[in-house]
Amino acid sequence: MSEPFLIGDSMTGGYGNGPDILHDCTVAVEKGEIAVIVGPNGAGKSTAMKAVFGMLDVRQGAVRLDGEDITNLSPQDRVLKGMGFVPQNNNIFTSMTVEENLEMGAFIRTDDFSETMEQVYHLFPILREKRQQQAGELSGGQRQQVAVGRALMTQPKVLMLDEPTAGVSPIVMDELFDRIIEVARTGIPILMVEQNARQALEIADKGYVLVQGRNAYTGTGQELLADPEVRKSFLGG
Amino acid sequence: MDTLNALVAFSNFVAIPAVAYGSQLALGALGVTLVYGVLRFSNFAHGDTMAFGAMIVVLLTWLLQSWGVSLGPLPTALLALPVGIIVTAGLLVATDQLVYRFYRKHKSPPVIFLIVSLGVMFIMNGLVRFVIGPGDQRFFDGQRFIVSVREFKAMTGLREGLAIKTTQGLTVVTAVIVVAVLFWFLNKTRTGKSMRAYSDNEDLALLSGINPERVVLVTWLIVAALATVAGALYGLDKSFKPFVYFQLLLPVFASAIVGGLGNPVGAIAGGFVIAFSEVTVTYAWKKVLVYALPDQWEPSGLMQLLTTDYKFAVSFVILVIVLLFRPTGLFRGKAL
Amino acid sequence: MIDRLRAPIFFALVAGALLWTGLNQSWNTALVIFNMGLISAVMSLGVNLQWGIAGLLNVGIMGFVALGGLAAVLIAMPPVKEAWNAGGGAILLGLAIGAASIAIAATAYRRMHKGLLRGLALVVILVGGFYLTRIIATPAIKAVEAINPASTGYLGGLGWPVLIAWPVGGLMAAGAAWVIGKTALGLRSDYLAIATLGISEIIIAVLKNEDWLSRGVKNVIGIPRPLPYEVDLQKDAGFIEQAASLGLDPVTASTLYVKLGYGILFAVVLLILLWLAQNALNSPWGRMMRAIRDNEVAARAMGKNVTARHLQIFVLGSAICGIAGAMMTTLDAQLTPSSYQPLRYTFLIWVMVIVGGSGNNLGAVLGGFLVWFLWVQVEPFGQFLMGVITSPLSDGSFLKEHLQAGAAHMRLLTMGLFLLLMLRFNPKGLIPEK
Repeated sequence: MSEPFLIGDSMTGGYGNGPDILHDCTVAVEKGEIAVIVGPNGAGKSTAMKAVFGMLDVRQGAVRLDGEDITNLSPQDRVLKGMGFVPQNNNIFTSMTVEENLEMGAFIRTDDFSETMEQVYHLFPILREKRQQQAGELSGGQRQQVAVGRALMTQPKVLMLDEPTAGVSPIVMDELFDRIIEVARTGIPILMVEQNARQALEIADKGYVLVQGRNAYTGTGQELLADPEVRKSFLGG
Repeated sequence: MDTLNALVAFSNFVAIPAVAYGSQLALGALGVTLVYGVLRFSNFAHGDTMAFGAMIVVLLTWLLQSWGVSLGPLPTALLALPVGIIVTAGLLVATDQLVYRFYRKHKSPPVIFLIVSLGVMFIMNGLVRFVIGPGDQRFFDGQRFIVSVREFKAMTGLREGLAIKTTQGLTVVTAVIVVAVLFWFLNKTRTGKSMRAYSDNEDLALLSGINPERVVLVTWLIVAALATVAGALYGLDKSFKPFVYFQLLLPVFASAIVGGLGNPVGAIAGGFVIAFSEVTVTYAWKKVLVYALPDQWEPSGLMQLLTTDYKFAVSFVILVIVLLFRPTGLFRGKAL
Repeated sequence: MIDRLRAPIFFALVAGALLWTGLNQSWNTALVIFNMGLISAVMSLGVNLQWGIAGLLNVGIMGFVALGGLAAVLIAMPPVKEAWNAGGGAILLGLAIGAASIAIAATAYRRMHKGLLRGLALVVILVGGFYLTRIIATPAIKAVEAINPASTGYLGGLGWPVLIAWPVGGLMAAGAAWVIGKTALGLRSDYLAIATLGISEIIIAVLKNEDWLSRGVKNVIGIPRPLPYEVDLQKDAGFIEQAASLGLDPVTASTLYVKLGYGILFAVVLLILLWLAQNALNSPWGRMMRAIRDNEVAARAMGKNVTARHLQIFVLGSAICGIAGAMMTTLDAQLTPSSYQPLRYTFLIWVMVIVGGSGNNLGAVLGGFLVWFLWVQVEPFGQFLMGVITSPLSDGSFLKEHLQAGAAHMRLLTMGLFLLLMLRFNPKGLIPEK
C-alpha cells in the first residue's frame, strides 16, 4: 500500500517540557478523502491535529506530507508547504470584513488570487453576500465558513479542521458538513477533529478513534459506525 | 442680545483653539493606540518621542533659517518635517531592535513592556534635554495669522474679532492629511491590512504567513511620523519645551482610552472630546455670555469653571468617568 | 551561600560608598546623602509592596509623596488666626458641600434606575454642588489669600508637633490611593498606571495653585523641626564643651548633630516599616498576595477577592509613600510645590525598586540607598567626565559650553540606561526575591 498524502506516523509527544499526551498515535488522510478524528473528551484529538501541524513537540515518530518529512518545520513553513489549518477558536479576524479575511488568508500568495476568492464565494454563497460586513458580526455558522474560506485562500493541498462545528446549532451543523463535503469534492483532502462523532463518521472515508492519546480503533467511517464496540463506547449505543 | 457676536467670540476663543488642540491630541493618541494595538503595551515614552521628533524639526528649522531658506507665509518647519520623521523613525527602530525585541521574543507580559518604556522615556528625555536644553525654544516663522482680528473686524463690521493663526490652520490641514493617509494605508494597502490582522488576532496572522517583525517595523515607522508631526505642530502652535511633552502624556492617553485603546477612529474622537472639554471648562465664558444673554442677565463673574492650571484635571476626570462606566472606551477598543 | 551573602555584601558596599564620601568629600555631604537615602528607602519599600508583591503599577508616587509634604504643613505650621477669622469656616463648609454632593451623587447612582432621569439627576447634583462650593468658598479664599500675602496668605496648620504629620501624611496618601484604586483596580493594569499618573499631576497642581491651602508657588518655609536648631546649639555652653571634647568646632558639630538626629528618626521609621513589611510578606496574607500576582486567574477561581486585596495593598503602599513624603518635607523644613518633578519622585523610585530587587523588601531598601547615592554622585561625575571629554576643545567654544551645560541632564540618561540594563540582564534585581 502506498503512503497516504499526509500522515502523522506513530507520534509521541506533548506541549513544551510537559508530559507526553500522545502515545504512538497515527493519523493520516489520503488524496480526495475525508478523515476524521473522534474520541471522548480529553482523548487528545485536537492535540493529535496540532502535532500534525507542528504546534507541539513530536518527540518520536514523524509527520510526512506527500512523502516529504516535515516533522521539524514550523507551522508557518507548513502553510507554505501547502497545509491549510482552521483552529477551533479565534479562527477569524473579527474586526475585518469577510473579504479582508479572505485577502489575509492569501497573504503569502504573490499571484492574482481573485479566482480563488471566486471559488470560495461559489462554495460559500453567503460570504459573497456579506463580504463587506465585519466578520465579527456574523453568526457562528457563517464565521466558520469565513474561517474555512480563509484557509482555502492559500490553495492548500490538504485542509485541517479543528472541531468546525463546535458551538453551532444542529441545523447549522448539517449545513457545515454539507459544505465540507463540497470542499472535499473539489479534490482537497480533509483531516478534521469532530466532537459529533456520529455525523462526522457518516461523511468520513476514514475514521480514527483516539483514547488517551492512543489509537483505539481505526477504519472506514462505515466500519466504525457498524462496530459494536465503537457504538457502545462512543456513539451511545 | 447679540447672537452673531456671541458666535464669533465662541469661535475665536473656544472652537478654533479646541479644534487645533484636538488635532494635536488626536495625532498623539493615534501613535499611542497603534503601539497598543500592535505591540500590546502602553508606551509611556510616547510624550518624549514627540519631544524628540519636534526637537529634530526645531534644529533643522534653525539650520534652514540660517541658510536663509524660507517658505514665505508658511513656517520653514514644514520643510524640516520629513527629515525629522526619518531621524525619529531611526531612533524608534533602533530602540525596538535594542530594547523591545528581546521582550517580544520572550513573550513578556505587557506590564514589563510598560516599565521598559519608562526606561526608554528616561533616556529620550535625557537625550532631548542634553541636546537642546530644558528651556523654551521658538522656531516659528512666516506669516502669523491667516485671518487677524483687525482684518476680520474690517471685513464684517462686527464688534467682536476673530483670528485664525497660521499654526492653527496648518495643524488642522496637516492632521486631516495625515489621518486620511493613515486610514487609506490601514484599510486599502496589503501591509496596512496585515497590520490590522496582526492586531486583531496574532496567532491567526502568523498562520496566514504575516511576518510579525515586519508589522512591528512598519508600526514604528508610522508612530515616528505621527509623533513627529504631532510634536512639531504642538511646538509651532504653543512653544517647544521638553517637559511640556511629558505632561501631554496624560491628555494623550486619556484621548486614546476615551476612544478605546487600539482603535484609531476612537483615538481621533477621544482627542477632540478631551480638547473641547479642556477648553470649555477652563475658558472664561463672560465675554460670550455678555453677547448671548439679555442685558439684565449679564453675568458678574468671569464664568470660568476652572483655571487653566487645572486643565489636566479635566482629562483626568473624563478618564475616570470612562473607566468607571465604559472601560473599553467609546468605540470599544482592542484591535486596530 | 552566595545568595545569603548578597544582602550583607551589597549593604556593606553602600556603607563603604558613604564612608568614602565622608572621608573624601565631607561628613556633612555623606549624612545628607544618608538621610535622603533613608527616605528613598521608605518610598521604595512602599512601591515594592505594590509592584514587587502585588504586581500593581503606581506611576503617581510623586503625588502621594507631595500629599505627605502637605500633611507636614497642615500639622506643624502655626494657624493663621486672621485668616481663619476671614474665611476659614466658609472654605471648610464649601469643601464639605463639595464632598457631600459627590456622596449624594454616588448614592443616587446606586439607588436610582438606569436611564435618562438618573443621568440628569447626577448632572444636577454634581453641577449644583460644584457651584454651591464655588459660591461659598471663592470669596472666603480671596479673603484668606489677601491677609498678609507676603508671609502668610493661607490658613496655616494646627501648630502641632511635626512628627504627628508623618502618620497623618500616610493617612492622606491612603485616602487618595483609595479613591484611585476604587476606580482603576480590576481593570487592565495599564489603566492604574495612567490613573495614578493623572492624580499625581492634579495633586501637584492643587499644591501649586491653592494658595489658601499651601501658599502655592510662594512656598511654605520654616516648618517647625522635631530637633533643636543649629544656632541654639551653638549658644549652648554644654554642647560647645562636648563638641570640643570630640575635637570639633561648634558649627560643624551642630550641623552633624542635627543631621545625625534626623538620621536616627528616619532609621527608626524605616526599621519599623521594614519589620512590618517582612512580617506581612511572610504571613499567610503575603503568600496570598504573591499567589495572586503569579496567577490571578487561579486565585480568582479559588474564590479570592483579587480586586479587594489589590486595593488593600495599593492603599498600604501609597500610605508608606505619604509617610516618606512627610519625612522629607520635615527634613527640608519647607514645602516647595514646584520642586516635585515626576522624573525625580516617581520614576527614580521605580529604578530603586527594580535595581534593588522587586519582591524583596531588603532589595527595595538597598535600591533606595544605592540609586540615591548614584543619583547624587552621577552629576559631579558627569561634570568631571564632560570636563575630560571637552578638554581638547578650546575654551568658550560653542560645543564645549553646550556639552558642559548638558552634563546635568546626563543623570536622566544614566538612570534610564541603568534601568534598561537591569531589566534586561538582571531582572530580579541585586537581591532577588526568595
